[in-house]
Amino acid sequence: MYNRVVVGMAEYWVSSNPEDVLCILGLGSCVGLCLYDPRKKIGGMVHILLPESIPGQSNPFKFADSAVPALWEKVKSEGASPENIFAKISGGAKMFSGTDSLFDIGRRNVEAVKAELQKLKIPLRADDTGGNRGRSIMFYLEDGRLEIKTIGQKPVVV
Amino acid sequence: MGISFEKLNEMQLDALREVGNIGAGNAATALSKVVGKRVKMEVPLVKILPLKDVPDWLGGPEKEVLGVYLTMSGAANGHILFVMTIEDALKIMNILLGDLTPSREQVLDMDEIARSAMEEIGNILSSSYLSALADFTGLRLNHSVPALAIDMAGAIVDVILIEISKRGDYALLIETEFVEEENKIKGYFMLIPDTGSLEIILQAIGVI
Repeated sequence: MYNRVVVGMAEYWVSSNPEDVLCILGLGSCVGLCLYDPRKKIGGMVHILLPESIPGQSNPFKFADSAVPALWEKVKSEGASPENIFAKISGGAKMFSGTDSLFDIGRRNVEAVKAELQKLKIPLRADDTGGNRGRSIMFYLEDGRLEIKTIGQKPVVV
Repeated sequence: MGISFEKLNEMQLDALREVGNIGAGNAATALSKVVGKRVKMEVPLVKILPLKDVPDWLGGPEKEVLGVYLTMSGAANGHILFVMTIEDALKIMNILLGDLTPSREQVLDMDEIARSAMEEIGNILSSSYLSALADFTGLRLNHSVPALAIDMAGAIVDVILIEISKRGDYALLIETEFVEEENKIKGYFMLIPDTGSLEIILQAIGVI
């Protein structure tokens, strides 16, 4: 039996229960980052809103520059071995067409998450980002597969 | 500095509710002209919501909706998002286009007819609310060309929520039900003033 956990904006979830399925529903320009240790079947997901931290705001899971290391620490304290951990990312779409700089936030979020993963030398195993469609993503802790749904398309697994 | 929605007092909220009432009234009148039939409206609900609850208010994060986004500039700056469900957008198109109404699939694929009809309706409705705000405050307000998206509610709202989340964790949402004979159409209007602009608006109304 699967146990679905919805990860809200600027929230995270870490678990060692292989029945857990971590989800973000209706992901647009935000980025969903998954970290996973396939040997121990321990994983986590964070729902990132912005590339860089804003002084005075205390939730580290909102910003790519703090959310990536914060999730990395949480997954390790759950028991994952750093050398086994890989990452999968999704989201970062440009939902509205136009030149408003606001619409570019998805791309900037993706770049910021990738830069942080590189700093921590976490391998990026799957990358389904960008485009102009919203996504619902489901991360299965039994095997680390990431299922991605978009409107009018068949789900894909990465 | 920078007042945020959750810190508003009852008098200030009432003033914003009044803007919502006038805006919805304008929108109903504008809609009547477009469809050539009488469109009434119910008294709008004006809510200050935590960001994370907004997609649920629109019918859930995976609900298929249409979103029209504009920026407001001039005496006060900010962002505007107008949202309605695909079902309700189709009802309006049906009144407007009759037999030429595109199918649900064509709407989701952003078919050209559907796209321009929706852009136009979104533009008319959101500028109705904006002109109510300009009239009520006496401020000179302009708006940008509207940008359209059709997708899951969560995905459409998140770019706006990202913008709001730089400053606070609440949004001002005006929910209006428009009624044309047996058709009931719900529209959701969200206003997100930039830092300092909410003060300018409240000052102009005289409640600060």
